[in-house]
Amino acid sequence: MSATATRKLLLGDVHAGDEVPALSYPVTATTIVLGALAARDWRPMHHDYDFAVNRNGTKDIFMNTPNQAAWFERFLTDWTGPTGRLGRMKFRMKGSVFPGDTMVLAGTVESVETDDTGCGWVTVLVRLTVDGDLKTDCTARLALPLNDDDNPWSRRGDRWRP
Amino acid sequence: MSATDLPEAIVKLIGEVQYEEAGEFPVERGYIYTTCSSVENGNPLFWDDDVASDVTGGPIAPPTMISVWFRPHNWSPGRTEPAVPLQVHFDLKAFFDLPEAVMTDNTIVFHEPVRVGDRLRTRQILRSVSEPKTTKLGTGRFWVIDVEYLNQNDELVGVESYTGFGYRREGSQ
Repeated sequence: MSATATRKLLLGDVHAGDEVPALSYPVTATTIVLGALAARDWRPMHHDYDFAVNRNGTKDIFMNTPNQAAWFERFLTDWTGPTGRLGRMKFRMKGSVFPGDTMVLAGTVESVETDDTGCGWVTVLVRLTVDGDLKTDCTARLALPLNDDDNPWSRRGDRWRP
Repeated sequence: MSATDLPEAIVKLIGEVQYEEAGEFPVERGYIYTTCSSVENGNPLFWDDDVASDVTGGPIAPPTMISVWFRPHNWSPGRTEPAVPLQVHFDLKAFFDLPEAVMTDNTIVFHEPVRVGDRLRTRQILRSVSEPKTTKLGTGRFWVIDVEYLNQNDELVGVESYTGFGYRREGSQ
C-alpha cells in the first residue's frame, strides 16, 4: 500500500505558510505523449515534433493543459491523502514543459479556513518550475476533513461550496 | 471584459449556450488508469475499490479528468474531418482568421464527483473576446470560454473556464 493510501491530512494539521513536499520529475517525450493521449488530446503539437517546431514555433512537443492539471492533482493528493477533495483549481501557463526538462512542483499553503457549512478548506499556491524558471502557477482550493469522522466527499448540494 | 470593436456576430454569441452535446462514451476505467499512470498518481480512490467505497461511495474518476470525457474520437464512422474539442475556440480562430492558438489560463470548479458509468453532457459559453494584442507568439486576440459539465441526473459536475489566445505569427500570411 502506498503512502498516499494511508495518509489522512486533517485541517488542524495545516497552517498558512506550510510547504507542500516538492515533487521533481524528469520529463521525456513519452511523458508528453502519454499524458496527451490519456487526456484524449490528439492535437499534433503534443506528439509531432515537426508540427510543434514549424507550425507552433515552439522548440519541441510540449505538455498539454489537461495533463498539467493531472500533475497538479497528483501533487496535491499525495500530500492530503484520498480524503482531500479538490474544490477549485486555477492555473496559468507562462511557459511550456518540454522533453528533457526536469519539472519541479512546489507548494505553499496560503490560507486555512472553515466555511459556513463547517467544511474545512485550504488554499495552496503551487509553482511548476524548470531550472528555476516558472512555467505554470496554480492556485488550488481543497477540502480537508476536520477530524477522523469528517469526510469532505460526503458533502453535496448546498453543503459543498467550492 | 470584451473589446468594443467586436463584430456583431461575435457580440451576439457572448453569453449564449452553444454546442450542447453528450460525451461519446460513458466514464470508464481504462482512461482513469491511463491518466493515473501518466502522472504516477497512486491515490487509492482510483486503484482500490474498498477505499473508493469507504471514502467516495464507489469508484470515481480523478476530478481533473473532467474534460477527457467530452473530447471526441479523432475519427469515427461517417466523419470526414477530425472532430475538435472546444468548438467555440476553433470557431473564433476561423472567424478572426488566426491560424495558431494556445491556451493560457484554465480554471476548473469541481462539483458532484464523476463516477464510473456516468454519461456526461457539456455545453460551451463564450464569455469574452479581447481587443487585438501582440505577444511574443504573434498578434491575435484572447478569449474566455466556459464549459459546463452535467451528469445523467442533470447534476452539475464541473465548470471549466479556458482563456485562449488565437494568433498569427509575425511574417506569416
